[in-house]
Amino acid sequence: MSNILEVQDVSKNFGSFTALNKVSITVPKGTIYGLLGPNGAGKTTLIRIINQITMPDSGKVFLDGELLNASHIKDIGYLPEERGLYKSMKVGEQALYLAQLKGLSHKEAKARLKYWFDRLEIGDWWNKKIQELSKGMAQKIQFVVTVLHQPKLLIFDEPFSGFDPINANLIKDEILKLREDGATIIFSTHRMESVEELCDDIALINKSNKILDGKLMDIKRHYKTNTFEVGILSNNKTVLEQELANKFNIYPASFKTLGEELKLNIKLSEGEKPNELLSYLCNHGEVSHFVELIPSVNDIFIQTVKNN
Amino acid sequence: MNHLPLIIKREYLTKVKNKSFIVMTILSPILLIALITVVAYLSQLNNDKQRTICILDETGLVQDVFKSEDNTIYNILENMTLADAKELVKQTEAYGLLHLENSNLFDSISNQIKFYSEDSPSLTIISNLESKIDKKIENLKLQHRGVDIAMIEASKTNVNINQESFDGQKTSKIDSIVKLFFGSAAGYLLFMFIIIYGNMIMRSVIEEKTSRIIEVIISSVKPMQLMLGKIIGTSLAGITQFIIWLFIGGALLFTVSIVFGIDTSQAKTPNQQIIEGAMQNSNVNMQIQDVYNSLHHLPMTNLIIAFLLFFIGGYLLYSSLYAAIGAAVDNETDTQQFMLPILMPLILAVYIGFFTVIEDPHGTVSTVFSFIPLTSPVVMLMRIPFGVPIWQQLVSLLLLVGTFIFTVWFAAKIYRVGILMYGKKPTYKELIKWIKY
Repeated sequence: MSNILEVQDVSKNFGSFTALNKVSITVPKGTIYGLLGPNGAGKTTLIRIINQITMPDSGKVFLDGELLNASHIKDIGYLPEERGLYKSMKVGEQALYLAQLKGLSHKEAKARLKYWFDRLEIGDWWNKKIQELSKGMAQKIQFVVTVLHQPKLLIFDEPFSGFDPINANLIKDEILKLREDGATIIFSTHRMESVEELCDDIALINKSNKILDGKLMDIKRHYKTNTFEVGILSNNKTVLEQELANKFNIYPASFKTLGEELKLNIKLSEGEKPNELLSYLCNHGEVSHFVELIPSVNDIFIQTVKNN
Repeated sequence: MNHLPLIIKREYLTKVKNKSFIVMTILSPILLIALITVVAYLSQLNNDKQRTICILDETGLVQDVFKSEDNTIYNILENMTLADAKELVKQTEAYGLLHLENSNLFDSISNQIKFYSEDSPSLTIISNLESKIDKKIENLKLQHRGVDIAMIEASKTNVNINQESFDGQKTSKIDSIVKLFFGSAAGYLLFMFIIIYGNMIMRSVIEEKTSRIIEVIISSVKPMQLMLGKIIGTSLAGITQFIIWLFIGGALLFTVSIVFGIDTSQAKTPNQQIIEGAMQNSNVNMQIQDVYNSLHHLPMTNLIIAFLLFFIGGYLLYSSLYAAIGAAVDNETDTQQFMLPILMPLILAVYIGFFTVIEDPHGTVSTVFSFIPLTSPVVMLMRIPFGVPIWQQLVSLLLLVGTFIFTVWFAAKIYRVGILMYGKKPTYKELIKWIKY
C-alpha cells in the first residue's frame, strides 16, 4: 500500500450547514501533505474525522489500507490548532498521562519522554507546572506529546504558531526528521512559505469542497504561465522595450537589482522556447537577470479560491 | 482501548492533590466545630448570667409564686409606690420591675400587669413570668368558685399511647423521630453531595475547555469515556473528602467536649427542642431504651441497600447533567441559565422531603414525588425508614435507572459536541440541535 490515508467521498453536515461535501484526498506514504484552505473551509472538520473525533455522515476513510477504526488511534498523532495543556498539572505527569492515553505503557512512555526532553534540552521542566511555562515552552511539550507514540500519521494544525523563529526552525527540522524516519505528515496552515518549503503534496479545500490536489510540483507546472522575469542593460531602453513589445507579450516588472536595467516580464506563447528568448536578449544587450516565474503557493491559493 | 481507569485515576489525583481541596478538607470540619463550640459556649454564658427581677404586687395574691431560681432572683417589694419602686430598680441595676396593680376583681388583674425595664426584655423572661402568673390566677379563680385544687391536681393524667403495628411490632413516638432523623440525613446528604461535587465536575469540564486541552484528549479517548471518568473520579474524591470530614469532625467534637466540658448538644435548634418536648414525658432511661429499640426496628438492610442504590443513581443522574452544562458553556458565569432547571427539582425534592414526608410519609404527594426520577432519590430516601413496600422501591429505582441512562445519553451528546464549541453561549434551541449531530 503506497498511500497511508485515503479519504473517499466524505460528507458532513451540521444541521443545515454542509461542512464537507464529498471530499476525497489521497495521502502518499512518507510525504508531507499540505491541507490548505481559507478559514471555515472545512479543514478542521476533515482533520477531526480522520481523528475519529467526529463521524462522517457518508463516505469512507482508510488508514494504511484498513477502514478507520478505534485501533488506529495509536497510529495517529494530532496537534490541534486549539491546543493547550492542563494548567495546574506538572509537565512530566501530564506528558505521561497523555502518552498512556495513546496506548504506551508507563515505563515505555517515561523512557521516550526522557529521550525527547534531553534532546530538546527541556529536561529540567519535568516538575514544573504548565502555568509556570511560557506559551512557546508549552508548545514544545505539546509537540513532544504528539509525536511520542511514534504514529504512522502525524497531523499538525498550524504547528508553528506561538513559536519564535529559532524554535519554529527547530520544530521544522524535527518534522523533516520524522518524515525521514518514515512518518507521513499532514500539515494544515495558512503560512504559505512553510508550505512552499515543506510540502510534497497539497490539497486545497474551499467552501466544503476540494477544489485542487496533487503533487506540489505538478500543480505548479500546471499553473505556470511561461512567463520570464528579465533584466537587461541597454543604452537605449525605450527602443529596446519597443522592439521586445513587437515580438513578445511584455508586462512591466519590478524587482531589485544593482544596476539600471530594463525590467520586464515576458510571456512566451505556445511553442516559443525560453532559449530563443534568451538568445534574442543576448543579442540586444547585457542580460543580468533571467528567471522563469513559477507561481507561488500563495498565488495559486488566492487565484483558485477567487475563481471558485 | 479502555482508558477509563487511567482517566479516573487522573481526575481523582488532581482533585485530591489540589491545594484548595486539601485546605477545604481539613479546614471545613475545624471551622464547623469551632462554630458549634462558640455557639454552645455563648449560650452557656448567656444562661449563667444572674438576673434580678423586682416584683411589686399590690394585690398581694400572686407574689408567692415567684421563688428565686438559678439564674433569676425575684425580689419582692412591699409597701412602696410604683414611682419609688421604679427608682429603686434603677438604682440597684436590676433587670426589671413587674408591677401588678391592685384590683378587687380577679378578671381585671390579668389586664393590669406591667413590666418596666431599661431595655426591651427578653422573650423567654416575659413568657416565663406570664406562665407563672397565668397558672396562679387560674388557680385563684377556681378556688374562688369553690373548686378543690388538690382534686384537680390529683385527676391530672399523662397519656402515652403505645403504638403497635398489626404484625406485632411495637413503635413509639421516638421511633418516628429516629426514622425522621435517618430519612432526612440520607436525603440531605444526597442533596449536599450533588450540589458540591456536581459543581466540581462542571468546573473540571469547563477547565478542559478553557485550557484547550480537550481536543488533544478526545483524539485519544471517546468523549463518553472521558465524561464517565470525570464523574467517577470526582465522586471518589468527594467520598474521600466526606470520610475525612467524618473522622476529623468526630475526633474534634470528642476532644472539644472532653477538654472544655461543653455539652455541645446545648446548642439546640428549634427542631431539637420540639423533639425533646415530645420526649419529656418519659424518663431518661426509657428514652435511651426506646432509641435503641427503634434503631432495632428500622429496616436496616433495606435502608442501606436502598441508600446506596438511590444515592448512586440520583448522583449520577444529576452529575451527568452538570457535565453536559460544563460542556455547553465556556466559563462559569454562563452556567446560570442552565443551572436553574437542575436546581429546581432538587430543591423541590428537599422541600417535599422536609415538609410533606414528615407530615405524611405515605400520602399522595410524597408517594408521587418518590417516583418522579429527578426528585425520587431524595424523597424516596426520606420515605424508606417509614417502611415503603419493596415493589414501590423497585419501580422507583427502575424509573431512576431508565432516566439515568437517558440523561447520560443526552449529556454525552451535548458533551461530545459542546466540548469542541468555543466562543458562543448556546441557547436551548441550539442544544437540542446538537443532539441531532
